[in-house]
Amino acid sequence: MNTSSHNCIDHHLQIKNLTVSYNRVPAVHHLSVQIDCGACVAVIGPNGAGKTTLLKAVARLLPFETGEINFHSHAGHDHSSVFAYLPQREKVDWDFPLTVRGLAELGRYSQLGWRKPFTARDEEKVTEALHTMGLCDLADRQIKALSGGQQQRAFLARALAQEAHVFLLDEPFTGLDVTSQVALGRTIKSLAEKGNLVMAAHHDLDNVHKFYSHILFINGELIDYGPVAKVHTPENIKRTYNTPVFSGPHPSHPHHHHDVS
Amino acid sequence: MTFLEPFEFHFMKRAFLACAVIGFTNGFVGAFILLRRLALLTDALSHSLLPGIVIGILLFGLSPLSLFAGALMSALFVAVGGQVIARSSRIKDETAIGVLYTFAFALGITLHKASHIQKPLEDYLFGNILGTSNDDLWICLAIGIITVPVLTLLQRPILLSLFEPDVARTQGVNPYLMQILLMVSIVFSMIASLQAAGVVLAVGLMIGPAAIVYLYTDSYQRLLWGSAIVGLVGSVGGLYISYWTSVPPGACIVLLISGAFLASLVLSPRYGWIRSLLHKKHLHEESLARWQSTAPHTEKKAEHDSKPPQT
Repeated sequence: MNTSSHNCIDHHLQIKNLTVSYNRVPAVHHLSVQIDCGACVAVIGPNGAGKTTLLKAVARLLPFETGEINFHSHAGHDHSSVFAYLPQREKVDWDFPLTVRGLAELGRYSQLGWRKPFTARDEEKVTEALHTMGLCDLADRQIKALSGGQQQRAFLARALAQEAHVFLLDEPFTGLDVTSQVALGRTIKSLAEKGNLVMAAHHDLDNVHKFYSHILFINGELIDYGPVAKVHTPENIKRTYNTPVFSGPHPSHPHHHHDVS
Repeated sequence: MTFLEPFEFHFMKRAFLACAVIGFTNGFVGAFILLRRLALLTDALSHSLLPGIVIGILLFGLSPLSLFAGALMSALFVAVGGQVIARSSRIKDETAIGVLYTFAFALGITLHKASHIQKPLEDYLFGNILGTSNDDLWICLAIGIITVPVLTLLQRPILLSLFEPDVARTQGVNPYLMQILLMVSIVFSMIASLQAAGVVLAVGLMIGPAAIVYLYTDSYQRLLWGSAIVGLVGSVGGLYISYWTSVPPGACIVLLISGAFLASLVLSPRYGWIRSLLHKKHLHEESLARWQSTAPHTEKKAEHDSKPPQT
């Protein structure tokens, strides 16, 4: 309905009234936000604030209780290839017999299904993705035989091969040394500049301005969302980290903090 | 005495053919068992086939269908029973399966004794490849012809659900369905391998080839087909050696395959012990080491960040 899929600057991700629960305890509740493509968003909040939950819900990895998530402002878009979720490093079976190229090839499967043949065009997409991520030389390496930063880029290459528009990353900078952090920061920023939407769970407030254009403060509910310069305020940080996490309708708040200095 | 002497006998020809088919199918399926980490469950299931087979024969007579129905029933009994107990009590699933499969196995021995089935118990326990009948050969062939192509056709969804079940679901794959398909294929090929190795040794024939190939390759495709070929060569080779040494074929096959595994463990140029002793640690381990030395620091920091300043 809009312009071509490559130019999705005026496209956006709309989250309306989203509630996601585990065993009826909401981890994210009544969250509404509109995020334009081209943004590189840090999702920031304390442990248990629902960062991973939010990302997984957007990726449709978790069912949600209320609300809706729309992309391109119309529901029912083909979610299987638009959204790419990159798991936390420790959640991946690194011993799996898979090379970097093999991993990127998995990205094509969402469009090919189980029986469409893997054509030269798919091969090209995979090579292009590896090239963009600077992994051509490492294409035949097993995924465990990579450094942390390379592993992140390998998963990004899969997302690129999938032709995803929304990249959902779970703590991508965790466990990387400073050099790899800077390199990865540059990579995700350039993904966003190409018109993609990048959302990443992040917990370091000191370097957030280096890697991201926007911040989404979350603490079970949405605290604030906007450009880094605008929302990175002591007020928002205080509200994000000092508000007790809502963990179900309880008459007397068990986590209530009596006073805040 | 010539190299081809064993092939001169009709029953040996049939046994070699059966070994080739069984070894190929089981090696192929075994690769999935390795990736899904189901080796111990497979062992439990293969032991629990015994009562099912005996009951199947008692109820419906000795036919391929009765064998399969009985085996499937008792495998389901152990697998499902284990899950039911694990979910409804404080007993964990591997404990429950441990109790259930030995119960099933003991029941099988008892039933066999009580039922006066002519085939000796030893054939069920350790296999009797030399006694392969034409019917047995057809069963094995049918199992191979069904299992291998089905798993090959569905290899993309299976690969996705093995590597990342969560992500698979978003791509329209049902990982539970794939798991059930795998379990059914495993039971199918276990039934085939009973003829060659019996319920006790079957798991060695299934998982051994995959374990060997896993030490040599990083490719999913090569793991699947390589395991199938190693399974074929190992089974045929084991039978051949057993002909000359008069070691029972089932034991000989498993000895050959597990011997090759131990040798690979030491010698494999990719993941062998000698290589890991000779080569210095990989970049990734260095980065991991660095990560571990910085991890407590970042965690403390995160904790500090998340805690409100208290008075």
